[in-house]
Amino acid sequence: MPRATKPLAPAATDPSRIRNFCIIAHIDHGKSTLADRMLGITGVVSDRDMRAQYLDRMELERERGITIKSQAVRMPWEVDGQAYVLDMIDTPGHVDFTYEVSRSLAACEGAILLVDAAQGIEAQTLANLYLALENDLEIIPVLNKIDLPAADPDKYAEELAQLIGGDPADVLRVSGKTGQGVEELLDRVVERIPAPVGDPDAPARALIFDSVYDAYRGVVTYVRMVDGRLNPRERIQMMSTKATHDILEIGVSSPEPTPSKGLAVGEVGYLITGVKDVRQSKVGDTVTTAAKPATQALPGYTDPLPMVFSGIYPIDGGDYPDLRDALDKLKLEDAALQYEPETSVALGFGFRCGFLGLLHLEIVTERLRREFDLDIITTAPSVVYEVTTEDRKTVTVTNPSEYPSGKIDRVTEPIVAASILAPKDYVGTIMDLCQSRRGTMRSMDYLGQDRVELKYTLPLGEIVFDFFDQLKSRTQGYASLDYEPAGEQEADLVKVDILLQGETVDAFSAIVHKDKAYAYGTMMATRLRELIPRQQFEVPIQAAIGARIIARENIRAMRKDVLAKCYGGDITRKRKLLEKQKEGKKRMKMVGRVEVPQEAFIAALSGDVESKK
Amino acid sequence: MPSALPIADPAPADGALPVSAGEGSGQRDLGVYLHVPFCRVRCGYCDFNTYTADEIRGVRQSDYADQALAEVALARRVLDAAGAGGRELATVFVGGGTPTLLPVEDLARLLAGIRDAWGLRPGAEVTTEANPDSVDRDSLARLAEAGVTRVSFGMQSAVPHVLGTLDRTHDPERVPLVVGWAREAGLQVSLDLIYGTPGESAEDWRVSLDAALALEPDHVSAYALIVEEGTALARRIARGELPAPDDDLVADLYEFADARLAAAGYRWYEVSNWARDDGDGGRARRSRHNLAYWTGQDWWGIGPGAHSHVGGVRWWNVKHPAAYAQRLAAGLSPAAGRETLDEATRATETVLLGSRLADGLEIATLSAPARARVAELIADELVDPRAALAGRLVPTLRGRLLADAIVRRLVD
Repeated sequence: MPRATKPLAPAATDPSRIRNFCIIAHIDHGKSTLADRMLGITGVVSDRDMRAQYLDRMELERERGITIKSQAVRMPWEVDGQAYVLDMIDTPGHVDFTYEVSRSLAACEGAILLVDAAQGIEAQTLANLYLALENDLEIIPVLNKIDLPAADPDKYAEELAQLIGGDPADVLRVSGKTGQGVEELLDRVVERIPAPVGDPDAPARALIFDSVYDAYRGVVTYVRMVDGRLNPRERIQMMSTKATHDILEIGVSSPEPTPSKGLAVGEVGYLITGVKDVRQSKVGDTVTTAAKPATQALPGYTDPLPMVFSGIYPIDGGDYPDLRDALDKLKLEDAALQYEPETSVALGFGFRCGFLGLLHLEIVTERLRREFDLDIITTAPSVVYEVTTEDRKTVTVTNPSEYPSGKIDRVTEPIVAASILAPKDYVGTIMDLCQSRRGTMRSMDYLGQDRVELKYTLPLGEIVFDFFDQLKSRTQGYASLDYEPAGEQEADLVKVDILLQGETVDAFSAIVHKDKAYAYGTMMATRLRELIPRQQFEVPIQAAIGARIIARENIRAMRKDVLAKCYGGDITRKRKLLEKQKEGKKRMKMVGRVEVPQEAFIAALSGDVESKK
Repeated sequence: MPSALPIADPAPADGALPVSAGEGSGQRDLGVYLHVPFCRVRCGYCDFNTYTADEIRGVRQSDYADQALAEVALARRVLDAAGAGGRELATVFVGGGTPTLLPVEDLARLLAGIRDAWGLRPGAEVTTEANPDSVDRDSLARLAEAGVTRVSFGMQSAVPHVLGTLDRTHDPERVPLVVGWAREAGLQVSLDLIYGTPGESAEDWRVSLDAALALEPDHVSAYALIVEEGTALARRIARGELPAPDDDLVADLYEFADARLAAAGYRWYEVSNWARDDGDGGRARRSRHNLAYWTGQDWWGIGPGAHSHVGGVRWWNVKHPAAYAQRLAAGLSPAAGRETLDEATRATETVLLGSRLADGLEIATLSAPARARVAELIADELVDPRAALAGRLVPTLRGRLLADAIVRRLVD
């Protein structure tokens, strides 16, 4: 039986009975499982309806076990016979979504810091913890997965206490899986997290902390009321754009959307206005009423800036319109996604897309493949370079093809402040990696007995190219990485082109550090030699900086491509073979006269090289 | 090309052909292919439609001649009805399987039946395949008496370990004997060779070629070993017991063979076939039956799994000897499926088949885009420039090895 028997009604709840909190956790540390357990224990989801990771709505989210878009849910609770409302705001767990995380945090008074009792805290969690502390949130440290045999709660309670102050004995120990300790945790939320404070009589101000596109209902805007109240059918105004909309529906999630008589101070809920594009309802913006608008917006709205760029191309050129439609649809729910049409000699028509980071890129491409059933190729990720030519013209380059020809005076590249957390045994190998990626170490701190936090300044361009994979494989998966933009620096960069039979394959061009140009050229040439099947003529593969060839490989001409015999007059068999060969040819892109299989582009760009045949 | 993979139409129960199949039949040769679907053992590389004694329950080899003769009778009726009959046969080819596993009397009876049905043109070519260990002096003489003019021996190699890998059971020493006996009987001799067998060295191949040439055959076929899916050989390669054939090595072996054969006075006329030049460029010794396949003539394939072509209609018989026997016993056509070629498919086939020939392909018959690509093929040294200027597309030595690529470039 759930503990709360009489839930408090929305728009009629005293703020002192409200607790708004979020859960800060690393991917895999069990946030969603714990959230599910809370939904069960508070009775908002019956056991029958419970499915794993209830709040992670997108298929991709559930599959990867990570939360991409945040959600909020209102749960009833009772302590000492007193009813409370617990608003749990689910936050994205990844650094790419820092901006969204910070808006979610701004909607809360407290945070549960959830850490896997077998693994300890991770770099991304640290970053979000810093954000939470910056927002003056009350932190409740919790160790999860204490049912695991590998759990070492004493060790990690110590680590947490060291990190945020306090007594290791105060660190709660729960199991989202078994439910152990979860009721105590909810009691602790009521006890420790401050109630929201706001002026019920002031003009309405509500912070948008999430904005989600729903195919049936249009944009669903999640808000945290700060002052005043919002009512059904009221006309609202977005303070950044002054645009007005009528509220078609207002309510709370528990966790299914439930219309209410409004939202009052301190409450968390949703608005539906019929707008179809999340850009009209931006995360971080302040909602007020058109009739009695507030004069001052709540702090902090910035447009998120893309950090990483990549070309996305349909494998079948005929899918280009479908790709455009799919991107248009994704944009409705992902304001951070940017794209514009682009043409590649090698890949045809596609889009240059900007992303918040690598995970964002990965998620978008994965959704294009899965939800829109598109076969796509992505080009090597690039960052934003400022290139100044000798005649003092500065060009912003997000795509190697935009790199100016001729003499270059200077190039600047974005840099990031990276924090890497790992067991101390891996410090050497991590330092080697960062060194090889032109990193500068800023600090190294012990976190408890055997874990180390390394802080590096690194060029973002070095991180976007398989840095994370390298880090993971060199540390058996133990290291975690977080980074944030840290300005830019001048660097000795050059553009390396890859030529097939003398023709530049634009998709393979890359901007790399001068010292690495040779390595990049050799690597790509070698990969392509492995990946491109032999043709009826010899195909030279060259890597070049401008007109200077820095690496060369050769694909020898194919010598035999004939079926020796005729099968006793069975001509159909020969024709079937021809048809099969022609089908294979359709999957080829022509670069000049060279037939390059789609797979070769994908494999060369992803580094996933298996030798042909 | 609009038509994709050939989609078989059901073949009518009586095997009747559309009238279109008879149109212009006077301009085409008519041949008969007789399939003998029996072998003593199945060779590891072979995926032909053939059966060893244990594989064909309930069907006796001794009944086969009667069944095949029943199809001959059907063929005669069907061709006549379509207006495609009334032609003496230009060629007969008995293949397998191992035709010489049938008693000579049966083969003689079959040839007589075929001859009775249509008659033979003067100088008609009548070939039988034979394994060196399934014929002797006497049987070869009797085959000649029965009307055979040409025998094609499955020599494959002269090197014991290569023959072993191919599961060939004959003693290489026997080949000169059977060739001699065939000559005595007045038969023309062709030798079939296979190269590119796993484990075969360039030297092995030279030994085999020299052994074949020492016998001065009229004709040589040399086929690169194809590892067919589902064969024992494919499984052995998949298991790593044998290396897969290497295309570069195979190309070397082909070039070596072509040079050796040319030096010995043989001229290629099809990618895998060479004929001895008796001052006529080798024309007289070419296998006319083989050429009929490449030049779109008419032939009727008798026997289980046999393929036929008459005037743009292709069909194929049921594969299993038991099913074949049942159909004929019930008075039905043994055809399993057929297709009527449309214009586009015919055009594709013309390129597919003609581009393998020394006589080449008439460039004027190609589509305009294909004609435009001939210059590229010349530039890539795949097509002989002089022949092309004279209006024929003939592959160069390099082009023969890349014939399938030539075809793809012409039919796209």
